[in-house]
Amino acid sequence: MAPVTMLEAIRQAIFEEMDRDPAVVAIGEDIGVYGGAFKVTEGLLERYGNERVIETPISETAIVGAACGMSYLGLRPIVEMQFIDFIACCFNQVTNFVAKGHYLWGAPAPMVIRGPSGGGVHGGPFHSANPEMYFAHTPGLKIVYPSTPYDAKGLLKSAVRDNNPVLFFEHKFLYRRIKEELPAEEYTVPLGKAVTRREGRDITILSYAAMMHTSLEAAAELAKDGIEAEVIDLRTLMPLDKDAILASVKKTNKLLIVHEDTRTGGIAGEIASLVCENAFEDLDGPIARVTSLDTPVPYAPTLEEHFLPNVAKVAAAARELARY
Amino acid sequence: MSPSSNGAAVTPVTRQQCLDLYYYMRLNRAVEDQMMKLFRQNKIVGGLYSSLGQEAISVGTAYALEKRDWMAPMIRNIGALLVKGVKPRDIFTQHMAKYTSPTQGKDGTSHFGDLKNLHIVSPISMLGDLIPVMTGVAMAGRYLGQGIVTMTWIGDGGSSTGAFHEGLNLAATQRAPFVLILENNQWAYSTPVSRQVPVRDLAERGRAYGITSVTVDGNDAIAVFEASRAAVAQCRAGNGPVLIEAKTMRMKGHAQHDPAEYVPKAMREYWEARDPITRFEKYLDANKLWDAKAKQEIEARIAALVKEDLEFAENSPMPPAELAEQGVYCEGCHTIEAEWHRSKAEVTPPKSSIEAGWHVKDFGGIEAPLNSGNGASEPPAANTVQQYAGKAVHESVGRAVQKSSGRPVQQSSSPKKIAAVPERRPFGRGPKGKRGGGR
Repeated sequence: MAPVTMLEAIRQAIFEEMDRDPAVVAIGEDIGVYGGAFKVTEGLLERYGNERVIETPISETAIVGAACGMSYLGLRPIVEMQFIDFIACCFNQVTNFVAKGHYLWGAPAPMVIRGPSGGGVHGGPFHSANPEMYFAHTPGLKIVYPSTPYDAKGLLKSAVRDNNPVLFFEHKFLYRRIKEELPAEEYTVPLGKAVTRREGRDITILSYAAMMHTSLEAAAELAKDGIEAEVIDLRTLMPLDKDAILASVKKTNKLLIVHEDTRTGGIAGEIASLVCENAFEDLDGPIARVTSLDTPVPYAPTLEEHFLPNVAKVAAAARELARY
Repeated sequence: MSPSSNGAAVTPVTRQQCLDLYYYMRLNRAVEDQMMKLFRQNKIVGGLYSSLGQEAISVGTAYALEKRDWMAPMIRNIGALLVKGVKPRDIFTQHMAKYTSPTQGKDGTSHFGDLKNLHIVSPISMLGDLIPVMTGVAMAGRYLGQGIVTMTWIGDGGSSTGAFHEGLNLAATQRAPFVLILENNQWAYSTPVSRQVPVRDLAERGRAYGITSVTVDGNDAIAVFEASRAAVAQCRAGNGPVLIEAKTMRMKGHAQHDPAEYVPKAMREYWEARDPITRFEKYLDANKLWDAKAKQEIEARIAALVKEDLEFAENSPMPPAELAEQGVYCEGCHTIEAEWHRSKAEVTPPKSSIEAGWHVKDFGGIEAPLNSGNGASEPPAANTVQQYAGKAVHESVGRAVQKSSGRPVQQSSSPKKIAAVPERRPFGRGPKGKRGGGR
């Protein structure tokens, strides 16, 4: 099998799930004839027809609401946000309707909301967001943010089969930049499980999505200085794989968290609390974090590069932490 | 009295239907009267929202639904819940936050539902969100071949939310079998409808989306029922959605805490003289549809039911504190399975496969007749579910138009097909091997 991009892996997951189960339908803007803004759903309409590939007006609230209604009859809609930034338009529908139904009145909403997220492509302040934490803060939602084609495919398939609403973030910087050979046979990747991308003994770097690759590059730099960093890919932010985080901290005794989301209210703060509550005595240094700035995502390349974390920033923070 | 908007012959409302309508309106009022007492006894944990004066709408609309149909009540639609099969005890326990309530005390008021048996979707407090949700239920029902119609309610106030408009437009473009009841009760909390919407009839809002929209006297149970029955039939025939504006008056404040002193006295008196239950009693008398004995029997039946269910609610425990931690996620507690009433093969390749491409009617040109539709692709031309199932949305025949003198002209008498859309070439960066190797 030839290696495929993350975009193609996601596309394969959608096709395979729609082949497997006619209860799986797709709904969103421009996902049919045009194949979606990023061509993730290319060919979907031809294969599954307009009853299963539903092109909608520009109405994010109506799209998510309708998908929720469909899920009540046992369908498993895959919603595409053209850019995940636009999920802000249906915030109420997602957080108050979709997320709370199971807790309040026992109504599971098996649906996936997926869309391209993240910066680094000069998309500007409204096409580069990482809004995952608005939703990680909402009980009832699951948050998935993969970093590799293999994971993207396997996690999306698990998300479709999950009985809960899953927000599936697809980092657009990674869409076509990385390739991976995928197994010919069917596979899934479980939600809520982190994975160790690189073993190390000196320091733990926790990350996800595009920053996972930045962290791996930084770890390679650090290795030249004799610092062996363990890199853990969270993959799912909600539920969070607390066991994997704590196990690595207990092993390396030092924790650096790297995310592309802005700093205040990012998952790093939550993880820092978690580690303080559960592994304080295992720490040999302060919990460090490298994140984007607390600003909107700026447009000009010089500004955006300054805004985002990069290998040098991660490596510098790791070196400082390693000195403790 | 009856709109019969689809031109169908109107079936008369039977005596039994009249008595049912009366029973549910009276039960609606009796349940709410009882809850007012509970509120004064401090036994209602949160707010209490009265539907006094609006019973004919809740009851007359929901009574037009079949068992298989789906509905989502708003906060004042106690009558609709009762018609659909909810017991008074569920409403009492819900308001009293009891463990035996449908949400086990996790939410109050009419915020509960029943996916499996009664087909009720729970509302949330944010207005308008049910419209897209019930549109989705309607679309799923059609997809699964269930032949269902869905219904929800919205107030005059809620008709200004974004979700209302997004949802109604989606329902319209999908021709969803969905009935929206717009209860114009004159007040959004303390603001009169004239300050919220600059049109007299809120049914205009439905017409703006190109859907059948009617206005009825919301305090006339027969008129409401007949309009709803026609709307449900129209939707079931594949010609939805339908909006019904029912004009009425909220006879209490927004909730119990609100004395509604902002309501002009003469306005209140105007509507008091039009109380739907008193009016319906007169109708039953005038048409000799009942006698004193029948009335007494109904009253006795209601009194006994309310008493029994009140006792149940009062004797129910509050939920155990630990329940607060449970149920955020479905962790295998529900089995989710769609109920198929059509062959899955119809929606599975190769049968589901179509040629993708748009056919744009009249090319959106200005010469086209101005009232010839929305100019975009035809929405599903669904007269029946089966017909929809076999039909490609993306196919519609364009019309040739004569060009002359720059004025709108008549359509050509000999419509001809526009050329087939050439096969779209994939965008340069698209995945390789589309529709073949990659898949």
